[in-house]
Amino acid sequence: MSNYKVLVVEDSPTMRQLIVFALKRIRGLQIAEANDGVGGLKKLSSEKFDLILTDINMPIMDGLKLVSLIRNDPNYKEVPVVVITTEGAQEDRERALSLGANEYITKPIQTAKIIDVVRSLLDGVG
Amino acid sequence: MAADQDETSGTTQRAEEFLQVFKRGAEFTQDLLRENERLRFQLLEMEQGNVAGDGVGNVEHLKSRIDMLESEKQEILSRIQEVQQENQDYDNRYSEIEAENNLLANLYISSYQLHSSLDITEIIRIIQEILLNLVGVEQFSILMLDATQQYLRPLVVEGLDPSMIASVRVGEGAIGQVLKSGERRLHTPEPSADLLAEPPVIIPLAVGDDIIGVINIYKLLQQKETFSDIDEELFNLLGAHAAMAIFTAMLHLERGGQPVFSDSFFARVTEDLY
Repeated sequence: MSNYKVLVVEDSPTMRQLIVFALKRIRGLQIAEANDGVGGLKKLSSEKFDLILTDINMPIMDGLKLVSLIRNDPNYKEVPVVVITTEGAQEDRERALSLGANEYITKPIQTAKIIDVVRSLLDGVG
Repeated sequence: MAADQDETSGTTQRAEEFLQVFKRGAEFTQDLLRENERLRFQLLEMEQGNVAGDGVGNVEHLKSRIDMLESEKQEILSRIQEVQQENQDYDNRYSEIEAENNLLANLYISSYQLHSSLDITEIIRIIQEILLNLVGVEQFSILMLDATQQYLRPLVVEGLDPSMIASVRVGEGAIGQVLKSGERRLHTPEPSADLLAEPPVIIPLAVGDDIIGVINIYKLLQQKETFSDIDEELFNLLGAHAAMAIFTAMLHLERGGQPVFSDSFFARVTEDLY
């Protein structure tokens, strides 16, 4: 998993810290963080990422809009996107998947689930 | 004439003798043939006996080999079972370690975040995040003891109309009892129960030995049916650390947000330490 770069877009510091904590357990993974969709887009325009993990409910620009913009960007058309949704918010999940997200993780999140999903998608990239 | 008779008699005698010799030779030859036949038969018997003897030996050898292989097979099967059991143990242990890791991550991050700010609004937001994102709570309230020390007043109401949450007198009802006893309440309510008066979870907020408020959890997120071990640990953490964070933020607010250490503070600490 070395040399893979993952972007975490999450407005909640608690959640962001938990997600980064989980991702750091994947050896060699490089992790960048953004507070919202706009911050995420800035990161995406300045660096190349192999996987994007984004919350849906965020201020300024939510995760659904971010997924939509990512899929319309030729540079990120094929990059795996994982959305984090509130448990039971099936509409959000279906909408995110229809926009092109590859996977979803529901809250309250489990670190093992994050690791499994990210590893699985990055294996596909490799 | 007599000589002829003598000669004839001698010839007859020799012939008789020859016949006798020939007869004994024939008998000897017959004896030899019989002996030969007997020996051949005996030899054949011995050969057959030897062959039969080798077969028995081979069977015994093969039986012994089969027993040895059977024994080895049982040992291998036994070892395979041991390895399978070890693998199962490793899987179980891995799952346990993952769960422990997840628990520790949750606790560490919650604790870290709760003590990362002195701003009361930020502290409240962090408590909301912990309850929503880490536990999976949809509706909750935080009630704090008011200045009279007789009533718990709503400080935060999440997922409900704030007007639905009233003040509670200390010692009254499930919430008032938890404040008085300091014992966390975690139970499955009856379908007809008034959840606002008797929330499924009531967490006392303790600063030292003093209970200064409660967190009431009314409803979990959809699909989250039960609490996990992590949730209970998070409740314990919130009971101690959220209370301390709120209390510290309240002191900070009352001091005008200035972390100023007075002379009396230094004097007191110096006196206690030295």
